[in-house]
Amino acid sequence: MLLIYCPYCEEERSELEFRHGGDAHIARPTNIADITDEEFAEFFFLRDNPKGLIFERWRHIHGCGRFFNAARDTVSDKFYASYKAGEPKPDLSAVHPATEKTVETYEATEGTAK
Amino acid sequence: MRKFSVFAVAREALRGHKGWEPQWVSPEPRKEYDVIIVGGGGHGLGAAYYLAKEHGITNVAVIEKGWLGGGNTGRNTTIIRSNYLYDESMDIYEHSLKLWEGLSQELNYNVMYSPRGVMMLSHNIHDRQSFKRHIHANRLHGIDNEWLTPEQAKDFCPPLDISATARYPINGAALQRRGGTARHDAVAWGYARAASDRGVHIIQNCEVKGIRRGPNGEVTGVETSRGFIGAKKIAVSASGHNSVIMSMADVRVPLHSVPLQALVSEPMKPIFPCVVMSNTVHAYISQSDKGELVIGAGTDQYNSYSQTGGLQIITHTLDAICELFPMFRRVKMMRQWGGITDNTPDRSAIQGVTPVPNLFVNCGWGTGGFKATPGSAHLFAHLIAKGEPHKLASGLTLDRFRTGRLIDEAAAAAVAH
Ligand SMILES: Cc1cc2nc3c(=O)[nH]c(=O)nc-3n(C[C@H](O)[C@H](O)[C@H](O)COP(=O)(O)OP(=O)(O)OC[C@H]3O[C@@H](n4cnc5c(N)ncnc54)[C@H](O)[C@@H]3O)c2cc1C
Ligand SMILES: [Zn+2]
Repeated sequence: MLLIYCPYCEEERSELEFRHGGDAHIARPTNIADITDEEFAEFFFLRDNPKGLIFERWRHIHGCGRFFNAARDTVSDKFYASYKAGEPKPDLSAVHPATEKTVETYEATEGTAK
Repeated sequence: MRKFSVFAVAREALRGHKGWEPQWVSPEPRKEYDVIIVGGGGHGLGAAYYLAKEHGITNVAVIEKGWLGGGNTGRNTTIIRSNYLYDESMDIYEHSLKLWEGLSQELNYNVMYSPRGVMMLSHNIHDRQSFKRHIHANRLHGIDNEWLTPEQAKDFCPPLDISATARYPINGAALQRRGGTARHDAVAWGYARAASDRGVHIIQNCEVKGIRRGPNGEVTGVETSRGFIGAKKIAVSASGHNSVIMSMADVRVPLHSVPLQALVSEPMKPIFPCVVMSNTVHAYISQSDKGELVIGAGTDQYNSYSQTGGLQIITHTLDAICELFPMFRRVKMMRQWGGITDNTPDRSAIQGVTPVPNLFVNCGWGTGGFKATPGSAHLFAHLIAKGEPHKLASGLTLDRFRTGRLIDEAAAAAVAH
């Protein structure tokens, strides 16, 4: 279970208090009725689903109730930042190591087993 | 490849089992293949087998970064059924179920397909309405699915608590008698053996790290941990890692990867005759031939490639199991694990062409694609060979997220498996 820092409550709380809200920093087009089907699919359905650093939304649903954003590594599940909605993506180049070096459970330990 | 038979077993018993040979060869990769399949799970290995058998395409390699069946093939709870709601789903899952019925004979390999019946518990009015709708839809489609009263459900599965005071009371159940389970890794091994026998190269411990493209954008091969391997066609079937592989060809797919967990108990004498699923309280359970209870839990809510999953997810499922089957309250759990599942927004799979010439994808089977293995593999082989989908898979295109023709099993079924 994750420990998640809510930037509004300013404390770490258990994952049970939070609801995941999908990818962060996806802006709904202001001219939604005019965009093409391709653009709509891109906005609504297509996702990077990265193995490594992800920027995602969380909602502190059983706490303050507010939405905020976080940066997490999807291999280690470690959080690198949590920040208020509306704030820009933080620059994590200094703290987040390249994805190549992250350790993955079974591949790292058993990947070369025959 | 030497055939398995009663006589072979008897002969080897007398010879101290010295005559068994490796079940598939692991050759050095060729410079180029007609088809490279990325991912040595059941779907990829099966597609290679059907390419060779039904389309005469044998210059094929299956490239697997770990070992065969080390992905979700070897991690799943093996529930097989075909009683889905929509025509597109029924078509492919029923096609698959029919192939399961003859698969051991077809492959000369015992995949231990056991049609012991899959029973889904109904706990409230909504469940009952939804299940009856499924039953009617299935019957119109020629697929067996029947409604049971609580007493009939208890007859079919004696450990079930149907008392009125139960924590999760039961008002009936839907039963597909032809549903059941199979031996997960035997499916990977059986297809690998049969494919290898027809000349397919099975290349393990080889990770695909990039996809090379030609002047017109078409694929020309894969960069791997063992160097470049050329390919006229590339077919991606890497379950939880499909987004990662497709991004190597700059294709974005509507997937998110989440851990799904399962666990098994200590072995016991035969006590549990069928498969039981409860979608409302999220638990599903069967007993393996070794005697372990095989229990499936839920997914984590966030994207992750961690192959672990949160403890609260499995305790939630065990709470439900203990309420439904009070006799299991003191059974010890032995092992727990997670697998990474690739899920689409409408919870139906994607199988089809991609915007990149000669690149094909089979993804989005998510939390329920084991049952689809033979059917999906069979239709994927058709797609790869012909360049266009088989009639039975024609609704599963990537393009449906542009056209809006979604196959909304998620909302309609609320079922993971
Ligand atoms: C806990 C759990 C329970 C489940 N229960 C059920 C169930 O009861 N019924 C059901 O129908 N379904 C179930 N599923 C879903 C089912 O397991 C999957 O939908 C199905 O197995 C996916 O297809 P596959 O077998 O081909 O995938 P996999 O076996 O995962 O094969 C994909 C392969 O691709 C390889 N790969 C990944 N990246 C690369 C790379 N870069 N290069 C080379 N190879 C790569 C992986 O190592 C893996 O071996 C369950 C899944 C889980 C995790
Ligand atoms: Zn808060």
